[in-house]
Amino acid sequence: MKVIVEEDKCCGAGTCVLVAPDVFDQRDEDGIVVLLDEAPGPDQHDAVREAVSVCPAAAIGLIES
Amino acid sequence: MTLPEIAPPTCGPPESVLVVGASAGGLTTAEALRRKGFEGRITLLGDEPHLPYDRPPLSKQVLSGAWEPARARLRPEPALRALDADLVLGDPAVALDAANRTVWTESGRVLGADEIVIATGVQARVFPGQPDLSGVHVIRTLDDAVALRTELATARRLVVVGDGVLGAEVAATGRGLGLDVTLAGPQSVPMESQFGAWAGARLGELHTEQGVTLRLGTGVRELAAEAGRVVGVLLESGEQLPADVVVVAIGGVPATGWLVGSGLTCENGVVCDAMCRAADGIYAVGDVARWRHQGLGALLRLENRTNATEQAVAVAANILGADQPYVPVPYFWTDQYDVKVMVHGLVPAGAEIEVVEGDPAARRFVALCRTDGVARGVLGWNMPKQTRLHRQRVADALALAPAG
Repeated sequence: MKVIVEEDKCCGAGTCVLVAPDVFDQRDEDGIVVLLDEAPGPDQHDAVREAVSVCPAAAIGLIES
Repeated sequence: MTLPEIAPPTCGPPESVLVVGASAGGLTTAEALRRKGFEGRITLLGDEPHLPYDRPPLSKQVLSGAWEPARARLRPEPALRALDADLVLGDPAVALDAANRTVWTESGRVLGADEIVIATGVQARVFPGQPDLSGVHVIRTLDDAVALRTELATARRLVVVGDGVLGAEVAATGRGLGLDVTLAGPQSVPMESQFGAWAGARLGELHTEQGVTLRLGTGVRELAAEAGRVVGVLLESGEQLPADVVVVAIGGVPATGWLVGSGLTCENGVVCDAMCRAADGIYAVGDVARWRHQGLGALLRLENRTNATEQAVAVAANILGADQPYVPVPYFWTDQYDVKVMVHGLVPAGAEIEVVEGDPAARRFVALCRTDGVARGVLGWNMPKQTRLHRQRVADALALAPAG
Protein backbone atom coordinates (compact mmCIF):
# COMPACT_ATOMS: atom_id res chain seq x y z
CA MET A 1 0.00 0.00 0.00
CA LYS A 2 1.26 3.46 -0.94
CA VAL A 3 -0.37 6.59 0.47
CA ILE A 4 -0.54 9.87 -1.44
CA VAL A 5 -1.69 13.18 0.03
CA GLU A 6 -2.68 16.32 -1.86
CA GLU A 7 -1.62 19.18 0.38
CA ASP A 8 -3.50 21.79 -1.61
CA LYS A 9 -6.78 19.93 -1.08
CA CYS A 10 -6.20 19.31 2.63
CA CYS A 11 -8.53 21.34 4.87
CA GLY A 12 -6.64 20.67 8.11
CA ALA A 13 -9.49 18.96 9.94
CA GLY A 14 -7.13 16.32 11.30
CA THR A 15 -9.65 13.53 10.76
CA CYS A 16 -6.87 11.32 9.38
CA VAL A 17 -4.80 11.85 12.54
CA LEU A 18 -7.71 10.82 14.73
CA VAL A 19 -8.16 7.62 12.67
CA ALA A 20 -4.54 6.69 11.91
CA PRO A 21 -2.14 8.61 14.17
CA ASP A 22 0.84 6.42 13.23
CA VAL A 23 0.52 7.37 9.57
CA PHE A 24 -0.68 10.99 9.58
CA ASP A 25 0.12 14.17 11.49
CA GLN A 26 -0.51 17.88 10.92
CA ARG A 27 1.88 20.78 10.47
CA ASP A 28 2.01 23.03 13.53
CA GLU A 29 1.75 26.25 11.53
CA ASP A 30 -1.29 25.59 9.33
CA GLY A 31 -2.66 22.13 10.13
CA ILE A 32 -1.92 20.70 6.70
CA VAL A 33 -1.43 16.94 6.60
CA VAL A 34 2.03 15.45 7.18
CA LEU A 35 2.52 11.91 5.91
CA LEU A 36 4.55 10.01 8.52
CA ASP A 37 4.63 6.73 6.64
CA GLU A 38 3.96 6.58 2.92
CA ALA A 39 4.10 2.77 2.82
CA PRO A 40 2.42 1.66 6.06
CA GLY A 41 2.48 -1.93 7.17
CA PRO A 42 -0.49 -4.30 7.05
CA ASP A 43 -1.48 -3.52 10.63
CA GLN A 44 -2.26 0.04 9.49
CA HIS A 45 -4.14 -0.76 6.29
CA ASP A 46 -7.68 -0.76 7.70
CA ALA A 47 -7.11 2.53 9.51
CA VAL A 48 -5.59 4.13 6.41
CA ARG A 49 -8.49 3.02 4.21
CA GLU A 50 -10.88 4.53 6.72
CA ALA A 51 -8.85 7.76 6.77
CA VAL A 52 -9.08 7.94 2.97
CA SER A 53 -12.82 7.46 3.09
CA VAL A 54 -13.60 9.93 5.87
CA CYS A 55 -11.17 12.70 4.87
CA PRO A 56 -13.52 15.69 4.56
CA ALA A 57 -11.49 17.12 1.69
CA ALA A 58 -10.92 13.89 -0.28
CA ALA A 59 -7.23 14.74 -0.07
CA ILE A 60 -5.79 11.25 0.52
CA GLY A 61 -5.25 8.69 -2.22
CA LEU A 62 -4.14 5.08 -2.10
CA ILE A 63 -2.32 2.77 -4.42
CA GLU A 64 -3.11 -0.73 -3.22
CA SER A 65 -0.48 -3.27 -4.19
CA MET B 1 -42.83 14.09 19.01
CA THR B 2 -42.83 10.32 19.02
CA LEU B 3 -39.51 8.78 18.14
CA PRO B 4 -39.57 5.75 15.93
CA GLU B 5 -39.50 2.54 17.96
CA ILE B 6 -37.57 0.03 16.01
CA ALA B 7 -36.54 -3.41 17.07
CA PRO B 8 -32.86 -4.18 16.50
CA PRO B 9 -32.21 -6.36 13.47
CA THR B 10 -32.65 -10.00 14.37
CA CYS B 11 -31.77 -11.79 11.15
CA GLY B 12 -28.35 -12.10 9.56
CA PRO B 13 -26.56 -9.51 7.46
CA PRO B 14 -28.49 -8.11 4.50
CA GLU B 15 -27.93 -9.25 0.94
CA SER B 16 -28.51 -5.87 -0.64
CA VAL B 17 -28.28 -2.20 0.30
CA LEU B 18 -29.72 0.73 -1.64
CA VAL B 19 -28.20 4.12 -0.87
CA VAL B 20 -30.30 7.05 -2.05
CA GLY B 21 -27.94 9.98 -2.55
CA ALA B 22 -24.51 9.82 -4.18
CA SER B 23 -22.70 12.66 -2.47
CA ALA B 24 -20.27 12.43 0.46
CA GLY B 25 -22.67 10.65 2.83
CA GLY B 26 -23.97 8.15 0.31
CA LEU B 27 -20.61 7.34 -1.21
CA THR B 28 -18.98 6.91 2.18
CA THR B 29 -21.75 4.56 3.29
CA ALA B 30 -20.99 2.32 0.32
CA GLU B 31 -17.26 2.48 0.96
CA ALA B 32 -17.65 1.71 4.64
CA LEU B 33 -19.88 -1.28 3.89
CA ARG B 34 -17.22 -2.74 1.60
CA ARG B 35 -14.42 -1.94 4.03
CA LYS B 36 -16.30 -3.80 6.75
CA GLY B 37 -16.59 -6.85 4.51
CA PHE B 38 -20.05 -6.53 3.00
CA GLU B 39 -20.12 -8.55 -0.23
CA GLY B 40 -23.76 -8.12 -1.22
CA ARG B 41 -25.23 -5.84 -3.85
CA ILE B 42 -24.87 -2.07 -3.33
CA THR B 43 -26.82 0.40 -5.41
CA LEU B 44 -25.90 4.08 -5.21
CA LEU B 45 -28.66 6.29 -6.61
CA GLY B 46 -27.93 9.96 -7.31
CA ASP B 47 -30.17 12.73 -8.62
CA GLU B 48 -27.41 14.63 -10.42
CA PRO B 49 -25.68 13.43 -13.59
CA HIS B 50 -22.17 14.08 -12.24
CA LEU B 51 -19.88 11.52 -10.66
CA PRO B 52 -19.87 11.99 -6.87
CA TYR B 53 -18.30 15.35 -6.01
CA ASP B 54 -17.49 17.37 -2.95
CA ARG B 55 -19.52 20.41 -1.93
CA PRO B 56 -17.24 22.52 0.34
CA PRO B 57 -15.08 23.62 -2.65
CA LEU B 58 -18.13 24.90 -4.56
CA SER B 59 -18.23 28.26 -2.75
CA LYS B 60 -14.46 28.59 -2.76
CA GLN B 61 -12.13 26.90 -5.27
CA VAL B 62 -14.78 26.13 -7.89
CA LEU B 63 -16.46 29.53 -7.61
CA SER B 64 -13.14 31.37 -7.77
CA GLY B 65 -12.05 29.36 -10.79
CA ALA B 66 -8.95 28.07 -8.97
CA TRP B 67 -10.22 24.54 -9.66
CA GLU B 68 -11.80 23.13 -12.73
CA PRO B 69 -15.07 21.48 -11.66
CA ALA B 70 -13.63 17.98 -12.18
CA ARG B 71 -11.14 18.62 -9.38
CA ALA B 72 -14.04 18.53 -6.91
CA ARG B 73 -14.73 14.86 -7.66
CA LEU B 74 -14.70 12.81 -4.48
CA ARG B 75 -12.92 9.80 -5.97
CA PRO B 76 -11.00 8.96 -9.12
CA GLU B 77 -12.88 6.62 -11.44
CA PRO B 78 -10.78 3.53 -10.64
CA ALA B 79 -11.70 3.90 -6.96
CA LEU B 80 -15.39 4.10 -7.88
CA ARG B 81 -15.08 0.96 -10.02
CA ALA B 82 -13.30 -0.87 -7.20
CA LEU B 83 -16.34 -0.22 -5.02
CA ASP B 84 -18.29 -2.70 -7.16
CA ALA B 85 -21.54 -0.78 -6.71
CA ASP B 86 -24.30 -0.10 -9.21
CA LEU B 87 -23.95 3.64 -9.69
CA VAL B 88 -27.23 5.07 -10.97
CA LEU B 89 -26.88 8.80 -11.65
CA GLY B 90 -29.13 11.54 -12.93
CA ASP B 91 -32.28 9.83 -11.71
CA PRO B 92 -33.90 11.36 -8.60
CA ALA B 93 -35.80 9.15 -6.19
CA VAL B 94 -39.46 10.19 -6.18
CA ALA B 95 -41.07 7.81 -3.69
CA LEU B 96 -40.29 5.28 -0.97
CA ASP B 97 -42.36 2.49 0.50
CA ALA B 98 -40.57 2.02 3.81
CA ALA B 99 -42.48 -1.11 4.83
CA ASN B 100 -41.50 -2.92 1.63
CA ARG B 101 -38.16 -1.15 1.20
CA THR B 102 -38.82 -0.08 -2.35
CA VAL B 103 -37.80 3.15 -4.09
CA TRP B 104 -39.26 4.58 -7.29
CA THR B 105 -37.24 6.95 -9.46
CA GLU B 106 -38.16 9.74 -11.81
CA SER B 107 -37.27 7.70 -14.88
CA GLY B 108 -39.47 4.80 -13.73
CA ARG B 109 -36.95 2.51 -12.07
CA VAL B 110 -38.24 0.42 -9.17
CA LEU B 111 -35.41 -0.46 -6.79
CA GLY B 112 -35.76 -2.81 -3.84
CA ALA B 113 -33.21 -3.78 -1.20
CA ASP B 114 -32.95 -5.40 2.20
CA GLU B 115 -31.73 -2.11 3.69
CA ILE B 116 -32.15 1.43 2.44
CA VAL B 117 -30.00 4.42 3.40
CA ILE B 118 -31.41 7.91 2.86
CA ALA B 119 -28.63 10.38 2.03
CA THR B 120 -30.45 12.97 -0.04
CA GLY B 121 -29.03 15.99 1.76
CA VAL B 122 -30.62 19.40 1.66
CA GLN B 123 -31.87 21.75 -1.01
CA ALA B 124 -31.07 25.44 -1.02
CA ARG B 125 -33.73 27.44 0.80
CA VAL B 126 -35.25 30.36 -1.07
CA PHE B 127 -37.62 33.09 0.06
CA PRO B 128 -41.31 32.21 0.11
CA GLY B 129 -42.75 33.30 -3.22
CA GLN B 130 -39.31 34.29 -4.49
CA PRO B 131 -39.74 35.34 -8.13
CA ASP B 132 -37.74 33.59 -10.83
CA LEU B 133 -35.31 36.36 -11.80
CA SER B 134 -32.15 36.18 -13.82
CA GLY B 135 -29.12 37.23 -11.83
CA VAL B 136 -30.34 35.49 -8.65
CA HIS B 137 -28.41 32.39 -7.63
CA VAL B 138 -28.17 29.73 -4.98
CA ILE B 139 -25.21 27.39 -4.45
CA ARG B 140 -25.91 23.80 -3.65
CA THR B 141 -24.81 21.88 -6.71
CA LEU B 142 -21.81 21.91 -9.01
CA ASP B 143 -24.01 23.30 -11.78
CA ASP B 144 -25.12 26.11 -9.45
CA ALA B 145 -21.49 27.04 -8.73
CA VAL B 146 -20.48 27.00 -12.39
CA ALA B 147 -23.48 29.11 -13.39
CA LEU B 148 -22.67 31.68 -10.71
CA ARG B 149 -18.98 31.72 -11.64
CA THR B 150 -19.91 32.41 -15.26
CA GLU B 151 -22.14 35.30 -14.33
CA LEU B 152 -19.69 36.82 -11.84
CA ALA B 153 -17.12 37.06 -14.62
CA THR B 154 -18.99 40.05 -16.07
CA ALA B 155 -20.56 41.44 -12.88
CA ARG B 156 -19.42 44.37 -10.74
CA ARG B 157 -21.76 44.44 -7.74
CA LEU B 158 -22.54 41.26 -5.79
CA VAL B 159 -25.03 41.20 -2.94
CA VAL B 160 -24.97 38.10 -0.78
CA VAL B 161 -28.15 37.55 1.21
CA GLY B 162 -27.43 35.29 4.15
CA ASP B 163 -24.87 35.65 6.94
CA GLY B 164 -24.15 31.98 7.61
CA VAL B 165 -21.11 30.00 6.52
CA LEU B 166 -22.07 29.79 2.84
CA GLY B 167 -22.90 33.48 2.55
CA ALA B 168 -19.69 34.50 4.30
CA GLU B 169 -17.60 32.24 2.06
CA VAL B 170 -19.27 33.53 -1.10
CA ALA B 171 -18.64 37.11 0.04
CA ALA B 172 -14.95 36.31 0.57
CA THR B 173 -14.65 34.60 -2.82
CA GLY B 174 -16.43 37.53 -4.47
CA ARG B 175 -13.90 39.96 -3.01
CA GLY B 176 -11.12 37.72 -4.26
CA LEU B 177 -12.61 38.11 -7.73
CA GLY B 178 -12.46 41.89 -7.34
CA LEU B 179 -16.20 42.49 -7.04
CA ASP B 180 -17.98 45.10 -4.94
CA VAL B 181 -19.55 42.87 -2.30
CA THR B 182 -22.28 43.54 0.24
CA LEU B 183 -23.19 40.87 2.79
CA ALA B 184 -26.68 41.18 4.25
CA GLY B 185 -28.39 39.13 6.91
CA PRO B 186 -30.44 39.19 10.09
CA GLN B 187 -27.73 38.37 12.64
CA SER B 188 -25.71 41.04 14.43
CA VAL B 189 -22.41 39.52 13.23
CA PRO B 190 -21.66 37.00 10.45
CA MET B 191 -21.94 33.34 11.41
CA GLU B 192 -23.17 34.25 14.90
CA SER B 193 -25.18 31.06 15.21
CA GLN B 194 -22.12 28.88 14.47
CA PHE B 195 -19.34 30.97 16.09
CA GLY B 196 -21.13 32.89 18.80
CA ALA B 197 -21.06 36.68 19.11
CA TRP B 198 -17.40 36.99 20.12
CA ALA B 199 -15.75 35.14 17.22
CA GLY B 200 -18.48 36.27 14.82
CA ALA B 201 -17.48 39.87 15.57
CA ARG B 202 -13.89 39.02 14.59
CA LEU B 203 -15.16 37.55 11.34
CA GLY B 204 -17.16 40.73 10.70
CA GLU B 205 -14.02 42.82 11.24
CA LEU B 206 -12.14 40.63 8.78
CA HIS B 207 -14.77 41.09 6.08
CA THR B 208 -14.83 44.86 6.65
CA GLU B 209 -11.04 45.05 6.38
CA GLN B 210 -11.20 43.09 3.15
CA GLY B 211 -13.63 45.60 1.71
CA VAL B 212 -16.98 43.86 2.13
CA THR B 213 -19.87 46.14 3.04
CA LEU B 214 -21.85 44.59 5.90
CA ARG B 215 -25.57 45.18 6.22
CA LEU B 216 -26.38 43.03 9.20
CA GLY B 217 -29.18 42.93 11.71
CA THR B 218 -31.82 43.52 9.08
CA GLY B 219 -34.04 41.25 7.05
CA VAL B 220 -34.72 41.38 3.33
CA ARG B 221 -38.04 42.81 2.17
CA GLU B 222 -37.80 41.92 -1.49
CA LEU B 223 -35.63 41.50 -4.53
CA ALA B 224 -35.88 44.49 -6.85
CA ALA B 225 -36.12 43.69 -10.56
CA GLU B 226 -36.40 45.29 -13.95
CA ALA B 227 -37.50 43.33 -17.00
CA GLY B 228 -37.09 39.99 -15.27
CA ARG B 229 -33.58 40.68 -14.03
CA VAL B 230 -32.56 41.48 -10.48
CA VAL B 231 -31.23 44.99 -9.93
CA GLY B 232 -31.03 45.14 -6.16
CA VAL B 233 -32.09 43.97 -2.73
CA LEU B 234 -34.52 46.01 -0.65
CA LEU B 235 -33.85 45.61 3.07
CA GLU B 236 -36.38 45.80 5.88
CA SER B 237 -34.54 48.96 6.98
CA GLY B 238 -35.70 50.59 3.74
CA GLU B 239 -32.24 50.70 2.19
CA GLN B 240 -31.91 49.35 -1.33
CA LEU B 241 -28.63 47.65 -2.23
CA PRO B 242 -27.93 47.83 -5.96
CA ALA B 243 -26.76 44.53 -7.45
CA ASP B 244 -25.77 42.95 -10.74
CA VAL B 245 -25.89 39.51 -9.13
CA VAL B 246 -27.57 38.33 -5.93
CA VAL B 247 -26.71 35.12 -4.12
CA VAL B 248 -29.39 33.80 -1.78
CA ALA B 249 -27.64 31.76 0.92
CA ILE B 250 -30.26 31.48 3.64
CA GLY B 251 -29.83 27.86 4.58
CA GLY B 252 -30.93 24.46 3.48
CA VAL B 253 -34.16 22.49 3.57
CA PRO B 254 -33.88 18.72 4.11
CA ALA B 255 -34.63 16.94 0.83
CA THR B 256 -37.53 14.88 2.12
CA GLY B 257 -40.25 15.86 -0.35
CA TRP B 258 -39.93 12.47 -2.01
CA LEU B 259 -40.70 10.76 1.31
CA VAL B 260 -44.28 12.01 1.59
CA GLY B 261 -46.41 8.91 2.06
CA SER B 262 -43.38 6.71 2.77
CA GLY B 263 -44.42 5.97 6.35
CA LEU B 264 -41.38 7.76 7.78
CA THR B 265 -41.50 10.67 10.22
CA CYS B 266 -40.05 13.75 8.52
CA GLU B 267 -39.84 16.88 10.68
CA ASN B 268 -36.88 19.08 9.83
CA GLY B 269 -35.20 15.99 8.40
CA VAL B 270 -35.73 12.25 8.58
CA VAL B 271 -36.31 11.54 12.27
CA CYS B 272 -34.17 8.63 13.46
CA ASP B 273 -33.32 6.86 16.67
CA ALA B 274 -29.85 6.90 18.26
CA MET B 275 -28.64 4.27 15.75
CA CYS B 276 -29.72 6.54 12.85
CA ARG B 277 -32.61 4.19 12.01
CA ALA B 278 -35.77 5.80 10.67
CA ALA B 279 -37.69 2.51 10.43
CA ASP B 280 -36.98 -1.18 10.25
CA GLY B 281 -34.31 -1.51 7.55
CA ILE B 282 -34.22 2.23 6.80
CA TYR B 283 -31.41 4.54 7.89
CA ALA B 284 -30.50 8.16 7.22
CA VAL B 285 -27.10 9.86 7.03
CA GLY B 286 -25.76 13.34 6.48
CA ASP B 287 -27.56 16.67 6.19
CA VAL B 288 -30.99 15.02 5.85
CA ALA B 289 -30.76 12.91 9.03
CA ARG B 290 -32.16 14.14 12.34
CA TRP B 291 -31.18 11.58 14.88
CA ARG B 292 -31.11 11.31 18.67
CA HIS B 293 -27.64 12.29 19.87
CA GLN B 294 -27.38 10.48 23.19
CA GLY B 295 -24.57 12.71 24.49
CA LEU B 296 -26.67 15.83 23.97
CA GLY B 297 -29.93 14.11 24.83
CA ALA B 298 -31.66 15.75 21.89
CA LEU B 299 -32.55 15.30 18.26
CA LEU B 300 -29.77 16.80 16.16
CA ARG B 301 -29.37 17.47 12.46
CA LEU B 302 -25.94 18.62 11.31
CA GLU B 303 -25.28 20.23 7.96
CA ASN B 304 -21.57 19.75 7.75
CA ARG B 305 -19.13 17.77 5.73
CA THR B 306 -17.52 15.67 8.43
CA ASN B 307 -20.86 14.57 9.82
CA ALA B 308 -21.83 13.15 6.44
CA THR B 309 -18.87 10.78 6.43
CA GLU B 310 -18.78 9.95 10.14
CA GLN B 311 -22.47 9.18 10.19
CA ALA B 312 -22.07 7.07 7.06
CA VAL B 313 -19.42 4.96 8.78
CA ALA B 314 -21.69 4.52 11.82
CA VAL B 315 -24.67 3.55 9.69
CA ALA B 316 -22.67 1.05 7.66
CA ALA B 317 -21.62 -0.59 10.92
CA ASN B 318 -25.19 -0.66 12.20
CA ILE B 319 -26.45 -2.19 8.96
CA LEU B 320 -23.95 -4.98 9.54
CA GLY B 321 -25.19 -5.53 13.10
CA ALA B 322 -23.10 -3.25 15.34
CA ASP B 323 -26.20 -1.70 16.96
CA GLN B 324 -24.16 1.25 18.24
CA PRO B 325 -25.51 4.74 18.91
CA TYR B 326 -23.94 7.52 16.86
CA VAL B 327 -22.45 10.05 19.30
CA PRO B 328 -20.08 12.30 17.35
CA VAL B 329 -18.26 15.45 18.37
CA PRO B 330 -19.63 17.84 15.72
CA TYR B 331 -16.98 19.55 13.58
CA PHE B 332 -16.93 22.07 10.81
CA TRP B 333 -14.48 24.46 9.26
CA THR B 334 -14.59 27.44 6.96
CA ASP B 335 -11.96 29.12 4.77
CA GLN B 336 -12.36 32.84 4.14
CA TYR B 337 -9.51 34.95 2.71
CA ASP B 338 -6.38 33.62 4.44
CA VAL B 339 -8.28 32.57 7.55
CA LYS B 340 -9.33 29.07 8.49
CA VAL B 341 -11.73 28.78 11.41
CA MET B 342 -12.86 25.47 12.84
CA VAL B 343 -15.13 24.35 15.66
CA HIS B 344 -15.09 21.00 17.43
CA GLY B 345 -18.35 20.63 19.33
CA LEU B 346 -20.82 23.51 19.37
CA VAL B 347 -20.61 27.13 20.50
CA PRO B 348 -23.81 27.66 22.52
CA ALA B 349 -25.30 31.14 22.56
CA GLY B 350 -23.87 33.05 25.50
CA ALA B 351 -21.00 30.60 26.07
CA GLU B 352 -18.09 31.75 28.23
CA ILE B 353 -15.02 32.19 26.02
CA GLU B 354 -11.48 31.50 27.22
CA VAL B 355 -8.50 31.83 24.93
CA VAL B 356 -6.34 28.79 25.74
CA GLU B 357 -3.68 29.13 23.04
CA GLY B 358 -2.35 31.84 20.81
CA ASP B 359 -3.52 35.44 20.74
CA PRO B 360 -6.57 36.93 19.04
CA ALA B 361 -4.56 40.08 18.28
CA ALA B 362 -2.08 37.93 16.33
CA ARG B 363 -5.00 36.22 14.56
CA ARG B 364 -3.96 32.78 15.69
CA PHE B 365 -5.77 31.39 18.69
CA VAL B 366 -7.76 28.57 20.22
CA ALA B 367 -10.77 29.42 22.38
CA LEU B 368 -12.60 27.09 24.72
CA CYS B 369 -16.35 27.69 24.88
CA ARG B 370 -18.06 26.70 28.13
CA THR B 371 -21.60 26.76 29.39
CA ASP B 372 -22.02 26.41 33.17
CA GLY B 373 -18.36 25.48 33.34
CA VAL B 374 -18.71 22.55 30.91
CA ALA B 375 -16.61 22.55 27.70
CA ARG B 376 -19.11 22.52 24.84
CA GLY B 377 -16.91 23.63 21.99
CA VAL B 378 -13.41 24.57 20.98
CA LEU B 379 -13.00 27.21 18.30
CA GLY B 380 -9.73 27.67 16.46
CA TRP B 381 -8.61 30.57 14.30
CA ASN B 382 -5.70 29.67 12.02
CA MET B 383 -4.53 26.99 14.46
CA PRO B 384 -6.05 23.72 13.16
CA LYS B 385 -3.71 21.25 14.81
CA GLN B 386 -3.73 22.96 18.18
CA THR B 387 -7.51 23.19 18.06
CA ARG B 388 -7.81 19.45 17.42
CA LEU B 389 -5.58 18.78 20.40
CA HIS B 390 -8.24 20.39 22.63
CA ARG B 391 -11.06 18.38 21.04
CA GLN B 392 -10.90 15.69 23.71
CA ARG B 393 -12.18 18.12 26.35
CA VAL B 394 -15.39 18.45 24.36
CA ALA B 395 -15.57 14.70 23.74
CA ASP B 396 -15.15 14.01 27.47
CA ALA B 397 -17.95 16.42 28.36
CA LEU B 398 -20.25 14.76 25.82
CA ALA B 399 -19.43 11.30 27.17
CA LEU B 400 -20.19 12.42 30.74
CA ALA B 401 -23.55 13.87 29.79
CA PRO B 402 -26.53 11.78 30.86
CA ALA B 403 -27.84 9.65 28.02
CA GLY B 404 -31.03 11.14 26.75
